[in-house]
Amino acid sequence: MVDVKRIQEGNYDLITIVGEVDASSSIELDNAIAEAIQSGNKAFLVDCSSLEYISSAGLGVFMSYIEDFKKNDIHIVLFGMNEKVRNVFEILGLDQLLTIRGEKEEAKSAL
Amino acid sequence: MKYSYKVPCKKEKLRDIRSFVKEILDKHGLSEIDASTLVLAIDEVCANLIIHAHQCNAKDSIELQIIVKHNDGIIFDIIDKAEIFDIGQYEEPKLEDIIKKQRKGGLGLILVKRIMDDIEIIHDSSKNICRLTKRIDVI
Repeated sequence: MVDVKRIQEGNYDLITIVGEVDASSSIELDNAIAEAIQSGNKAFLVDCSSLEYISSAGLGVFMSYIEDFKKNDIHIVLFGMNEKVRNVFEILGLDQLLTIRGEKEEAKSAL
Repeated sequence: MKYSYKVPCKKEKLRDIRSFVKEILDKHGLSEIDASTLVLAIDEVCANLIIHAHQCNAKDSIELQIIVKHNDGIIFDIIDKAEIFDIGQYEEPKLEDIIKKQRKGGLGLILVKRIMDDIEIIHDSSKNICRLTKRIDVI
């Protein structure tokens, strides 16, 4: 129910999440983020414009890697969330812990 | 108005549960953002039961009943034969601790507590009910 694509775009990798991330599909997102960290790249943009739904299982994936991002000096910026998805991040206050931007250009500048 | 939906304890059924809830909330005039927040809370409780209380055993089932009271609010009853964890008593872990310990779980019940107005666990002789109430204008 979720596809996660990663392509290299210049000096960063673009990760695109397509579909719904819930308790049954969060493992896909988890694997993709783990692979991204292992790749050794230090800059990632996460395109959430096709992310239709996220539950705590998906939020938990991002939360669980915050320490790894810091430890490995990895910069990751999420962008393009629809209002409903952004609301879920805000209920928990994750919008304060992760870098989230509206458009891709803004996200690139925030890297 | 009362609606009911019974599903086997499979994680793959969460999507169907969300569609069911969404359809009802749309019918009763909730805004897209309010509806999506309530759908999330129900998804979280059902996921918790399916995974932790039933270990995704498809032979077991849980039932969701939704009672919509005009100008009053919505009651979501999640009915299960297994013991239901008392969310009301759940002590929220600090986000910083979840981050430090690199835990992936523990966020769902925080969301439920923040979204719903009341959470009640009702024990019956044959079943347990997790009753979530949201006071919200409905048509």
